[in-house]
Amino acid sequence: MSASLAPPAGPSQAARIGAFLRACFAGPLNSAITLACLVVLYYAAPPIWDWAVGRATWSGTAAQCREAGGACWAFIREKFWFSIFGLYPYEQRWRPATMLSILVIMVLASTQRRCWGRRLLVGWAVAAPAMLVLMAGGVFGLEPVATRLWGGLSITGIIAVYGLALGYPLAILLALGRRSELTLLRWFSTAVIECVRGVPLISLLFMAAIMLPLFLPQGVTLDRLARVLVAYTLFTAAYMAEVVRGGLQAMPRGQYEAAEAIGLSYWQKMRLIILPQALTITIPSQVNTFIGLFKDTTLVVVIGVFDFFTTLRAALGDSQWLGFATEAYVFAAGVYFVLCFAMSRYSMHLERTLQPGTR
Amino acid sequence: MSSTTSAALPTARGLIRLPGGATQRGLLIQVALLLGVVALGWWLWSNAQVNMAARGLQFGFGFLERSAGIPIGEAMIAYAPSDTYSRALTVGLLNTLRVAIIGCFLCTIFGVLLGLARLSANPLLRGLTGGYIELVRNTPLVLQLVFWHAVMLQMPSVRQSINPLPGVFISQRGLKIPALLNEPELWAFLGAILAALVGWWLLLRRERARQIAIGERRPTLLPGFAMLLGFPALALLAGFVPTVEWPVMAGFNFEGGLALSPEFFALLVGLVIYTSAFVAEIVRSGIQSVHPGQGEAARALGLPNGRIMRLVILPQALRVIIPPMTSQYLNLTKNSSLAVVIGYPDLVSVANTSINQTGQAIEVITIFMAIYLFLSLSTSGLMNWYNSRVALKER
Repeated sequence: MSASLAPPAGPSQAARIGAFLRACFAGPLNSAITLACLVVLYYAAPPIWDWAVGRATWSGTAAQCREAGGACWAFIREKFWFSIFGLYPYEQRWRPATMLSILVIMVLASTQRRCWGRRLLVGWAVAAPAMLVLMAGGVFGLEPVATRLWGGLSITGIIAVYGLALGYPLAILLALGRRSELTLLRWFSTAVIECVRGVPLISLLFMAAIMLPLFLPQGVTLDRLARVLVAYTLFTAAYMAEVVRGGLQAMPRGQYEAAEAIGLSYWQKMRLIILPQALTITIPSQVNTFIGLFKDTTLVVVIGVFDFFTTLRAALGDSQWLGFATEAYVFAAGVYFVLCFAMSRYSMHLERTLQPGTR
Repeated sequence: MSSTTSAALPTARGLIRLPGGATQRGLLIQVALLLGVVALGWWLWSNAQVNMAARGLQFGFGFLERSAGIPIGEAMIAYAPSDTYSRALTVGLLNTLRVAIIGCFLCTIFGVLLGLARLSANPLLRGLTGGYIELVRNTPLVLQLVFWHAVMLQMPSVRQSINPLPGVFISQRGLKIPALLNEPELWAFLGAILAALVGWWLLLRRERARQIAIGERRPTLLPGFAMLLGFPALALLAGFVPTVEWPVMAGFNFEGGLALSPEFFALLVGLVIYTSAFVAEIVRSGIQSVHPGQGEAARALGLPNGRIMRLVILPQALRVIIPPMTSQYLNLTKNSSLAVVIGYPDLVSVANTSINQTGQAIEVITIFMAIYLFLSLSTSGLMNWYNSRVALKER
């Protein structure tokens, strides 16, 4: 029983198991806690295992699922591509697929320290519009596809990427504005940041969805996805601005003074001296903030955009596959968990490697 | 850049110093910004006027006094669908405050417990808690809320409701718990508890002053507890017995007791579970931020373990813990607006319905954004005040 709970195999496995057991049963209180944990595991783990694996149906029909009584992973299998592409026209599905592949490649490239630099920025500047063109079509002989047909993981990816790509430059400007010596500029930036951070994202989404059309000239309509992006970009910008401001404040005064002493203008000072350092030291917090923002993409459900989670929920309405909500929730939670957990591990890794002195 | 250094500089481009330390370019930028904001505002406003006129709407808050006709399932104050919009929005706001205040309270308790479990010397407990925290932190709140709502709807019907504790019933219709009747006896009883707490606080103050004055410390725990138990007991003896109303099954539904709707319960559970995982990490990092030498030094002075925690570790950990806790409370309050996803009638949900019915989008959105802004700013003001009290006082 205890061996199965031991840490993964290492060079001195026996010694590690020994240390683990000693730590588990040091003193009466500790032993009691260990026993309580084991009791909880004994009662909770087998039914969960039995449901998720033991009696699970991996492929087949809804009837077979109901007969087996366990988790119906066949349902997820059936709806997997729907959860990624949503209602996107079937024969055009290669387009969101290509878009997601570009996204994955770009994200993987961005995680590599040796890729960081001007080329990566150029890469993103090319990739982001390309992703949108691929999805929307209408040029290069691509059939136009209305945004109301977009859905699933592909729209989650678009919102996250565009929110960050548009919000990040805005965040830097807002952070600089909040630290500016110009009183009006400082007030303006502070007001924008605090107002956006002080209200829930939902209210911004409502504002963009319902109020924004009222503020545009008559005859001008903004696509629903574009309205979501306006709200989400503003939200991203305000939260990122606070992270960037932390970096700006952490820069020693000497850096500012030295840049001024060699006669750099404000923008030269910021672009060449301050921002590169301030942005680098805050990368871990930026990733952490982005994890929160990424989870918040699920909120677009309130104005009827079918993101990954909402698409899965919509799949629950299929009359042939009624009653497999738990499977859908577990699958969605798993996907979000893998993505967010990977990001948070990456952020911890960066925190270790970006320490001054190890660079 | 400080004005003294820029004055000493040879020629920073385009910076001509004006009296008062302002530069001409700086002034220009600010004037341009002001003009830009005003122009943008005017443009948006005139567009809004045209658009609202085209839709037959008129800007103004007069609609607040019209009858709303919104059915709201749970209201803390008397409410009927024929009441006004302002009444309906107040009901929504109270519902938001109810879930936010109870949620903040519960997530602190669970968060601290989880944070301590995460630091336990027991590797099994530590590992299980760590896995749980990571799982909760890395999945979206919307998903968790929808999940808990689905769980609530899977509960048995009222007639077969689960009865885990005497007087507590869980069913599809939500949670039923014993209620305290709103009558003078209840308030007298609560007053006695409050008096005991104030008494304890006064006692602590007096004993601390005494310790500072003559260096002697008398125990405060026992008299404090005596007051806390004695005062309410006296109130009971004096005849101020609050009436507890137990829910009783009558026909197809319960009678009496306090009903918590499945939406409220799902929202509360979801918010508390989600936020307490973040609180746990804050508590853990706060306690870990205290250098181990502090505890060792206190032990070397011969302080017992409880006092080491209370007098040495906690005051220092709190400095690290308080500021991020503030933002967690604010997050919980703002996240309570996700109630709209599962149909709990909170402020945003009622406001949304009001917009759909009246079309007065600008006014309603302005109202609820102002309310959230006020809640955020006042909470952070309160927590900043508390923070300034526990912050490092450098002498």
